[in-house]
Amino acid sequence: MRQEWHDFEGGSWTTDVNVRSFIQHNYTPYSGDESFLVGPTKRTLKLWEKAKELMKLENEKGIIDAETLRPSTITAFGPGYLDKENEVIVGFQTDKPLKRGIMPNGGIRVVKKALESYGYTLDKTTEEIYTQNRKTHNDGVFDAYTDAMRKARHSGIITGLPDAYGRGRIIGDYRRVALYGVNFLIEEKKHEKKLLENPNLGSPDIRLREELSEQIKALMQLKEMAASYGYDISNPARDSFEATQWTYFAYLGAIKEQDGAAMSLGRVSTFLDIYYERDLKDGKITEEEVQELVDQFVMKLRMVRFLRTPEYNDLFSGDPTWVTESIGGMGLDGRTLVTKTSYRFLHTLYNLGPAPEPNLTVLWSIFLPEPFKKYCAKVSIDTSSIQYESDDIMRESWGDDYGIACCVSAMRLGKQMQFFGARANLAKALLYAINGGKDEISGEQVAPIFAPVTSEYLDYDEVVSKFDQILDWLSELYINTLNVIHYMHDKYNYERLQMALHDVDILRTEACGIAGLSVVADSLSAIKYAKVKAIRNEDGLVVDYEIEGDYPAFGNNDDRVDKIAYEVVERFMNKLRKIKTYRSAKQTLSILTITSNVVYGKKTGSTPDGRKKGEPFAPGANPMHGRDKKGAIASMASVAKLPYKHAQDGISYTFSIVPKALGKDMDDRIKNLVGMLDGYFRSKGHHINVNVFDRETLLDAMEHPEKYPQLTIRVSGYAVNFIKLNREQQLDVIHRTFHER
Amino acid sequence: MTRLGRIHSLESFGTVDGPGIRFVVFMQGCPLRCQFCHNPDTWDVNGGTEYTPEALFSEIIKYKSYMDYSGGGVTFTGGEPLLQAEFLVEVSKLCKNKEISVALDTSGFILNDSVKELLDYTDLVLLDIKNYDPIVYKAITGVSLSPTLKFLDYLREKNTATWVRYVVVPQLTDNLDGVVKLSEHLDGYSNVKKIELLAFHKMGEYKWKEMEIDYKLTDTKEPSKELMDQIAAIMRTNGKIVTSNI
Repeated sequence: MRQEWHDFEGGSWTTDVNVRSFIQHNYTPYSGDESFLVGPTKRTLKLWEKAKELMKLENEKGIIDAETLRPSTITAFGPGYLDKENEVIVGFQTDKPLKRGIMPNGGIRVVKKALESYGYTLDKTTEEIYTQNRKTHNDGVFDAYTDAMRKARHSGIITGLPDAYGRGRIIGDYRRVALYGVNFLIEEKKHEKKLLENPNLGSPDIRLREELSEQIKALMQLKEMAASYGYDISNPARDSFEATQWTYFAYLGAIKEQDGAAMSLGRVSTFLDIYYERDLKDGKITEEEVQELVDQFVMKLRMVRFLRTPEYNDLFSGDPTWVTESIGGMGLDGRTLVTKTSYRFLHTLYNLGPAPEPNLTVLWSIFLPEPFKKYCAKVSIDTSSIQYESDDIMRESWGDDYGIACCVSAMRLGKQMQFFGARANLAKALLYAINGGKDEISGEQVAPIFAPVTSEYLDYDEVVSKFDQILDWLSELYINTLNVIHYMHDKYNYERLQMALHDVDILRTEACGIAGLSVVADSLSAIKYAKVKAIRNEDGLVVDYEIEGDYPAFGNNDDRVDKIAYEVVERFMNKLRKIKTYRSAKQTLSILTITSNVVYGKKTGSTPDGRKKGEPFAPGANPMHGRDKKGAIASMASVAKLPYKHAQDGISYTFSIVPKALGKDMDDRIKNLVGMLDGYFRSKGHHINVNVFDRETLLDAMEHPEKYPQLTIRVSGYAVNFIKLNREQQLDVIHRTFHER
Repeated sequence: MTRLGRIHSLESFGTVDGPGIRFVVFMQGCPLRCQFCHNPDTWDVNGGTEYTPEALFSEIIKYKSYMDYSGGGVTFTGGEPLLQAEFLVEVSKLCKNKEISVALDTSGFILNDSVKELLDYTDLVLLDIKNYDPIVYKAITGVSLSPTLKFLDYLREKNTATWVRYVVVPQLTDNLDGVVKLSEHLDGYSNVKKIELLAFHKMGEYKWKEMEIDYKLTDTKEPSKELMDQIAAIMRTNGKIVTSNI
């Protein structure tokens, strides 16, 4: 074995790239409590003070600085520091902390617009190169879009598509750089490329050979970048520091070159724990020093920045980067994957205070060690900064070495990626079904013409059958649109470093999404169980609805409507499954809106559930605000019934509760939150964001943002600094159901 | 004929009416008219929605896993659940069959055969003693104190686990001599495991306004932490566990 691997137990990982094997042979499960944790070192505190000052300035100015000339690459910038003397883990995306780079391969117009919105001007020559000499992903997509695709995009029935920016949601297995060193990885890639010397080379193999060449170049540049900071990452990491720094360098390389919507980290804590344990055992490092590495690594992750346009911020508000780190879970052999470093990562929320990033995601299992469950609950109550996802469900589908990309998308690390597909607005689709394919706001014929509903009162069977027709059209158009987008993204904006940290043969998923599920379910329930009268304008377009009587609403654990929601998901997914995808990607579906529930609502007319034109949808799979009348658990029980097997890209649920409603004192609150999470995940819930705070705190933060620089809240699948939301989004959060009885 | 129960509302996530996560059933109808009541909409015995015992139970059982994981159960409150003891006997039997822990939040105003039978199926009683001074008690509730004390005696006889609840309202229930006497009185009851002090709040005031009934406590403030601590200290002299929600 290599000398860097001394004292490690061997296994298939020593000859093949197999991080999971390394973890399984070497990690130390921890089932104790948090009492071993220590506070931040002086260096960390000094550094964090500096970082906070910069972030404060950023908040005031919008952004600190932006590059206007050089497009970012792995090596475009020399080293950057915040405070070299106190900085243990080093590396920034550009030459200065928080300075935003430009990545025009996704689209030059977006870069230009984003710069202008902050008062910067794109360099003329750079603009010219990307307009005249170098085609971008965005140009490619629009060259190939059909009229139908443009119309659907324009009307907002499919939106948020990554056709003008990086698609993201790809997790490089950044741990590989630490475990193997870059040289070994390059050799592996060369070997893989050699195997693709076929007698009759078809276009898939040609593409793959080109991609592998790009991957190898990216790995070489990664070494060069690390060298500029004074580190040689050719060989495996030798100790705790190197393992942390190497892993960060790998991730840093990715975010220097790609500005995908979500640039997630994966699942590094238990991996790193193996190095920490080895050094602690040998007396080479102290607990304080280990925590310092984690704190400083996390601090760097909190400083990841991308240049975004204001429109982008409407969809994904609060400047999220989705540096998602998945923590905990159980191994296939029944041992827990919780280690001391799982605690150390969560503990950064105390050492550095609450923060939205990295997006700390606890992979919950009812079999997790009790002390860890309690610690997580405590962290949630104190900071509202973590989210939970069901390891018990995901382990069945994805094994025990998957990570979460973005909010709720599970993928096996280094073995799987997704083609991010944003989401289709099913509430609007329902209105199209009623209006014969015409848009309820513009009156434009967006879907093919078919007979609209003409009766005064809506008939359930008629509406469902027309809805089914619309979904046939929508699913085909949706997948074809994604095929165009991802074909072009691979061609013009290929994620060479991230893919270099994957196996050569991977599973690709075509990650579609739904917005407005609870609106659709409630609308169909209203049509079925109450009487819904259509109100038409002079052109015969249904523009509003009147409901006579009551109907069961989603979020009350009532099967009459919960079943409708289930069937909508199943119906849409089954249609998507029939359409051929680019690179034979496997179709999946998410029920997730990020914060775009506000924008989607704005673009959607009145719906038969009583929601008025322009009003926001509920986020993700949440019940509509105020319609869940039976309390928190009835609400989450409805969501837990949605089928993961038909929504394998994740089902997002956001839960807000006032501290008092969780129990009388901290012990009770912890116990009840643990019980609630166990119950929810036992009932097959997939994801939950937990917020614990008073409505008054949020109202005060709206008026006095300066008092709450670190107030973090969980929204659909990620966390944001509350004060970074726009007023409309802040109000949406406040109006959402708070459980306070 | 199946006996129907009148239900005001259901709450799937109760955490303050008994241990763990509770499915809380707010029963409709109450003989008391407490000045600080935050659910006056539960008073009317003819209001609410009718449920069969089976229908109510089918709602409760949905949450069994949450109860199991948190050490919770079902809590019947109101209103005054004892008004519908016969109905609750049926529901509680179903619950006990499925090993669901049953708690009863009551003023203890009624003690008849049905109530006695209900107590056979009850694991925990949350007994609200509004005051220990009979005159003050009458003033607060409109009814007399003695049935409640008799009820408490019966609970001791049966050795039913009991948490006594006391709502602290400034200028109304902060008569400290009454608190002293209550504490002494409870000393003799080994079945009383805990005393819960609940700070008065005005979150129910809007309901009084909606119902157009005169709310007497508009100018009353929520109790200070000091007052709560002071009353807790007195209650604690009998050696029992005393908790306060502020």
